[in-house]
Amino acid sequence: MANIPQKVVHQYLRHDKKFPHVWCAGCSNGIILGAIIRAIASMELDRDNLVMVSGIGCSSRMPVYIDLNTLHTLHGRAIAFATGIKMHKPKMKVIVVTGDGDCTAIGGNHLIHAARRNIDLNVILVNNNIYGMTGGQCSPTTPYGAFATTAPYGNIEPDFDICNLVLGAGASFVARTTAFHVVEMQNYIQAAIEHPGFSMIEVLSACPVIYGRLNKKGGAPQMMKEFRDNSLPVTAVDKLPPDQVEGKIIRGILRKEIRPEYCAAYADLVSRVQVTGGKNDAKI
Amino acid sequence: MLKTTASKSTKAKTPKTPTPAGPKPSAQRTKSKLNELQRDLERKTIIMQGNEAVAYGALDAGVNFFAGYPITPSTEVAEILSAELPKRGGTFIQMEDEIASICAIIGASLTGAKSLTATSGPGFSLMQEGIGFAKITETPCVVVDVQRMGPSTGMPTSPAQGDIMQAKWGSHGDSPAIVLYPDSVKESYELTIRAVNLAEKYRTCVILLLDEVLGHMRESVRLPDMATVRVINRIKPTVPPHWYKHYDENQKYLSPLASFGDGYRFHVSGLTHDVHGFPTSKSGEAAEMMERLRKKISYNIRDLVQIESYEMDDAKIAIFAAGITARAAKEAIVMARYEGIKVGLLRPLTIWPFPDDAVRKMLRAVDTVIVPELNQGQLIHEIRRLTKDKSDSDVLTIQRVNGQLITPNDILHKIKEVI
Repeated sequence: MANIPQKVVHQYLRHDKKFPHVWCAGCSNGIILGAIIRAIASMELDRDNLVMVSGIGCSSRMPVYIDLNTLHTLHGRAIAFATGIKMHKPKMKVIVVTGDGDCTAIGGNHLIHAARRNIDLNVILVNNNIYGMTGGQCSPTTPYGAFATTAPYGNIEPDFDICNLVLGAGASFVARTTAFHVVEMQNYIQAAIEHPGFSMIEVLSACPVIYGRLNKKGGAPQMMKEFRDNSLPVTAVDKLPPDQVEGKIIRGILRKEIRPEYCAAYADLVSRVQVTGGKNDAKI
Repeated sequence: MLKTTASKSTKAKTPKTPTPAGPKPSAQRTKSKLNELQRDLERKTIIMQGNEAVAYGALDAGVNFFAGYPITPSTEVAEILSAELPKRGGTFIQMEDEIASICAIIGASLTGAKSLTATSGPGFSLMQEGIGFAKITETPCVVVDVQRMGPSTGMPTSPAQGDIMQAKWGSHGDSPAIVLYPDSVKESYELTIRAVNLAEKYRTCVILLLDEVLGHMRESVRLPDMATVRVINRIKPTVPPHWYKHYDENQKYLSPLASFGDGYRFHVSGLTHDVHGFPTSKSGEAAEMMERLRKKISYNIRDLVQIESYEMDDAKIAIFAAGITARAAKEAIVMARYEGIKVGLLRPLTIWPFPDDAVRKMLRAVDTVIVPELNQGQLIHEIRRLTKDKSDSDVLTIQRVNGQLITPNDILHKIKEVI
């Protein structure tokens, strides 16, 4: 890792413009934004060719604070906007910051199709198990039995395993970590940006003010401790008896494989069509 | 307007493509259609569908990004552009739905593309939130809506003019609209170019309404020489990045637009924003933004509004109709004039902003107005708004929503009821 000065985060924040931020005390979003910034800084990426796209929600407020090309879009549609950006300028690095409700409920369709196409977007999916911005309604990742303002008697729906969903859709890079494991998160973000193809990192984040309060999780420190004590690296899973794995958060890079990337495939198609004048454009 | 010239079309220079033995029948159909088209282009005057005219108009206007989703009766636009854009280095992508399509063209436009999508009623409804986003963020893009009969799935291959009001009011909140409405295949080509030009100039989502029958109707068209086609590109900022305002209030509401990747690193948000694009909840800044969106259109009515006046000089009866219904009206006027009835036609090429002044001025000269339309009454409300001095019996309407067109005879009968 490159030698980073102490206040690298400040160099990337629009600190003279839009602070103080909207997030509650104890929210993990700041930690995640910090990890993203340190990943970008240590990779020495050209900021002018970096775009951060987000949807609607607490985590989707992230772009306004960071000095990149930033786009705060419609609820659920961040990946669709990002697809347009990436397809027109494939040289740009596109980071999508989105939440569990934004990306797996209203935006689920775009998530699976971007994964299927293997377009080179880096999706950082901040999963706090609840709709925070609207005050605590249940989301597709609210655990079975948990409480939310629209599940006052306990949630009767099973929750999504987001990583399995995206693996099933064919993503070529899938990882999971938590807001407690900051260095790991930063490393995964770097690996995802370097990866040529669709990447998704699920970051479990603590929402002590809404989710934590509704479910008696204690404050932010207790929720962080839970991330620490209740998670396992994927490499340890095989070595442990099944009863010790049951109910744990499995962290790690769950898949990393090289498959044809969509923009590159389209560029190939264009060069093939231009050489042949469209003669063979009916077949691949 | 575009001038029709007999000089060699630039399209004629593209090499002939022989029919390949493609595996998919649909691809083959598109191919043979293209070959036919290409051969015809060399003869300069060609037989063309409205949807084909839209696709070639888009290419001639410089559109280099298309994202869409198949829907009858607009699909030919996507099919043609899927074959033509790669040849020109442009981008075609079939998205997972219409919502994704509008979002992708806005994203591409923010990186500097000239982008367009084509759809019909159900898809147009899905796109409304995205259209609102393009308007509030002042991002150029074009949506072609080949209208079919609704509501809901309706009659996918039957004509209707039911989206006239949706094109203006479809997205929530106040958002002034630019909507163009051709009545022929040739005009579909011309107005597609104009739609792309206006989107770039006014930094907004421009909508092109087409009638289902126009999309699928074949007419002989002489496409103009590319040299005579006027193409407008967005103004790029020349100031250093720290001076750049994404919504510059000092530029007569037509401010320069930087692209992602140009080094300006601006913020774009669907939230009500200040001149830099950052979210604001200050009432002064919010009002300023809303006024800016309104004035951008209302201060440029002269540039935006186009109408056609046909046989209006001595007319005592005026027909106000748009799109394919105006074609029937013209025929009815020929028949009525043969019988000595003084009747004329007013036809908006720009349907929003509504041509208030022109309509008011010309309607002052007539006693009666007939508004035929393929819906249960949409344009009639605009005309009633402008003809307050006339009694209800002087403002008549012909409405039809059964999947059939209004014929010249229907209009002629109405004319004869008046006299």
